[in-house]
Amino acid sequence: MSTPQAHLETLPRSVQVFLFVGLIALLAFPFAQQDFYTQTVTRMMILAIFAMSLDLLQGITGLVSLGHAAYFGLAGYVVAYLSPQDAGANWLIALPLAMLASALAALVIGFFVVRTHGIYFIMVTMAFSQMMYFLFFDNKALGGSDGVYINVRPGGLGLDLENKWMLYYFTLACMLITYAFLRRLLWSPFGRTLNGIRLNEHRTRALGYASFSYKLTAFTLAGALAGLAGFLWAAQTGYVNPDLMGFHMSAHAIMMVILGGMGNVAGALIGAFGFEIFLDVFKDLPKIGNFDTAKHWQLWMGSLIVLVVIVAPQGLMGLLRNKKADHE
Amino acid sequence: MSEALLQAKGLSKRYGGLLAVNDVSLSLYKDQLHAVIGPNGAGKTTLTHLLSGDVPATHGELWLKGQNVSGWPHHRLSLHGLGRSYQKTNVFLALSVWDNLMLAAQSRSARAPYNPLSWLSDASTDKAVRDRAERALQLAGLAQEQQIIAANLSHGVQRQLEIAMVLATEPQVLLLDEPLAGMGAAETEAMVALLHKLKKNHAMLLVEHDMDAVFALADVLTVMVNGTVIASGTPQQIRTDSKVQAAYLGEETA
Repeated sequence: MSTPQAHLETLPRSVQVFLFVGLIALLAFPFAQQDFYTQTVTRMMILAIFAMSLDLLQGITGLVSLGHAAYFGLAGYVVAYLSPQDAGANWLIALPLAMLASALAALVIGFFVVRTHGIYFIMVTMAFSQMMYFLFFDNKALGGSDGVYINVRPGGLGLDLENKWMLYYFTLACMLITYAFLRRLLWSPFGRTLNGIRLNEHRTRALGYASFSYKLTAFTLAGALAGLAGFLWAAQTGYVNPDLMGFHMSAHAIMMVILGGMGNVAGALIGAFGFEIFLDVFKDLPKIGNFDTAKHWQLWMGSLIVLVVIVAPQGLMGLLRNKKADHE
Repeated sequence: MSEALLQAKGLSKRYGGLLAVNDVSLSLYKDQLHAVIGPNGAGKTTLTHLLSGDVPATHGELWLKGQNVSGWPHHRLSLHGLGRSYQKTNVFLALSVWDNLMLAAQSRSARAPYNPLSWLSDASTDKAVRDRAERALQLAGLAQEQQIIAANLSHGVQRQLEIAMVLATEPQVLLLDEPLAGMGAAETEAMVALLHKLKKNHAMLLVEHDMDAVFALADVLTVMVNGTVIASGTPQQIRTDSKVQAAYLGEETA
């Protein structure tokens, strides 16, 4: 059964310490490393924002969306369309518009999907994201299967995302704001109600909550935050293509949340970093005789997820927990 | 007598070929406990579903505090002063007693979900919500169990918690579907005492099989058989009603 204990909503001391040490490391990282790794960590932080936005649905509200990448990718496309050929888009315009576009798409799609439950919700979210994927894939005017290049990254008012360091610290700030916002939201009246909906939607309704509005709001908010991640992704890579909206992107986010531990935001954050680190390790495995182990990274990743689900149902975060503290 | 708080006018519910509830009218008044009895399958729970908005009626009207509320979804009826408990215990098993009550109490002062203020305030410190939860906790006598996770409570205490949650929403009309089901003697006694307390200040509908409790508590009794009301009146009238004796009470004495 899912209990608040299982979801570790109150972060154990050990996890708090871990997160604090992690923050110090992230703040100092660009000083100690080469550009390549700074970019790798920037990507991890972007994916952490994406994973946290999904946790709002998957872990907190109990809505497992298999189409969350649609809102991530859409924001990236908005940045691409807003970028002139020879200059960067103004981030003060591009960022709000990218998030707004994702939020609107989530609001419209959410209006249809949040009335479904369980397996139907999973299928319908996936169906909508596949529709978005093919909309962009099949339309030359929207970029087609090749996608769209962003020649100059967004900039303006105090920010130039062409600068790798600025991009790094801006992404770090966005990640921290997203984390703080969602942790705060978790304990707000809205967050408590979403938690109630996950545990027992019928009871929550009988107490006087219009669960549909709550779920739709959560879906829209999660879409907007996925849009934030999508904006940063487009700004970092300078390129968007339909794969950003694809099934794999959505599935990876689900695995990140499960790997780290659902329902407390911190787990999604840790899971995103963990997933990407394991991915790099697995893709870097040596050849053993004729067998190229790195080529089969998906096999190792799949096995890892299965292992985590079996031995640590609360994810990597659960492993950090001090077992003794539970019995106090 | 004052105006009825909840009034059913000719409610019917049809499931395919089955008429589960057939043209039932009843009125609930403040400070009065109205018990509905009848054999299994008589349509008592379906009637409760119709009154609470869990299930839409096929025919008939529902009036709450002088307003036609037919077809309202149950969250809206709840906000309008109607609270109900369920035949099968329906609480948040994963939450502590206190958190169950806080979530219930919070529903009365909840801002719209899309209001950013409801995303950023701290749910646990709202004074009005805490006061409501505290009152319900005391009223239901659950102060000892405050921090216990609901799943770890005994069945009887879970039922008490469910009623406490309903009370935390400060309803004027209470619909209780078999609150005594599956309870031991001591638990039954505590629950009957609680229901007795709640009779004051509430209009109550009680669906119950425990006849001792029903006759001890009820001011008005309605007897249902096969979806139809066959008699309605004071406990004394019901006890002596020949139709009731034949259809219902007779079974037990036979």
